[in-house]
Amino acid sequence: MTQGQYVAAAYGAVFVFVLVYVAIIAAKLARLQRQTAELVELVRGGSVTGRAPEYAPPVRSPGTTGRGPSA
Amino acid sequence: MGLAIVLALIVAPEDLDQGVSQRIFYIHVPIALTAYFCFGLGAWKALLLLWRGEERYDLESYVAIHQGTIFGVLTLVTGSIWAKASWGHWWLWSEDQLVLFLVLFLFYCAYFMLRFSLEEGPRRARSSAVYALFGVVLIPVSFLAIRLAEGLIHPTVFTREGPQMSGSMFATFCVSWAAVTLLAYVLYRVELVGKRLDADLRELREALR
Repeated sequence: MTQGQYVAAAYGAVFVFVLVYVAIIAAKLARLQRQTAELVELVRGGSVTGRAPEYAPPVRSPGTTGRGPSA
Repeated sequence: MGLAIVLALIVAPEDLDQGVSQRIFYIHVPIALTAYFCFGLGAWKALLLLWRGEERYDLESYVAIHQGTIFGVLTLVTGSIWAKASWGHWWLWSEDQLVLFLVLFLFYCAYFMLRFSLEEGPRRARSSAVYALFGVVLIPVSFLAIRLAEGLIHPTVFTREGPQMSGSMFATFCVSWAAVTLLAYVLYRVELVGKRLDADLRELREALR
C-alpha cells in the first residue's frame, strides 16, 4: 500500500465509524417514535371508550352535589 | 468537519519528514484528545453523582464514557494505520504511550461489563460512578507517558517550547480539533436525549398498564 492509501484508509475508517454510529442512533430514534405512537394510540383508545386510566383521580363535574346525577 | 478535511488533505503543507502519512495526524490527535476529554467528563459527572446524589448524572456519566470508548476505538484504528504507514508496524508493545492508551481503553470497556452486570438502581449508579472515578487516574498517566518515557518512536509535537509545526499546520490542527469536538458534543447530546426519552417512555408505559 502507498502512503496515500493509508491516509485514505484512516479517514475512511473514521467516516464509516461515524456513519454506523449515526445509523444506530437513527434506528433507536425510529424505535422510540414507534413506541410513542403506540402509547398515543393506547391513551386515545382509553378516552374513546370512556375508560379513564386507573391512576387518574375521580373527576366531579361542576354543579353536582355528589349525591347522584342532578335533574 | 468538511472544512477540516479539506484543510487536512489539500491545504496543509506536506511534512518533510513523514510525507503524506503525516496528514493522519490531523484526525488521529484530535480524536485521541476528544477520547481523553470524554473519559474525563464521564468521571466528572460520576463525581457530581456521588457528591450531589442527583440521578441524572448517572446517565450523563454513562453517555460520556460511551462516547469516549467510541473515540478510543477510532484513536486505536487511526493510530495503527499511521504506525503501519510511518514505522512499518501496526502495533508496538514497547511503546508506553500506545500500551497505556490501550489499558485506559480496556479499563473503560470493563466499565460497561460492571454496569450491565448489576441491576438498575442507585447501587448500580454508585458502583459505576466509583469505577469511572478510578479510571480518571489513568488519563494523565497515559497523556504524559510520551514525555516521561525514554527511547520512543512516537513523535512529540507539543513540547514546552510550543507546537513543533508550521503556522498553517497548527491552524489546520486547531480547525480539525474544533470539528471533532463539535461532532463529539452533537453525538453526546443526541445519545443523551435518546436515552432520556427511552427512560421516560418506559416509565409512561408502566404507568399506563
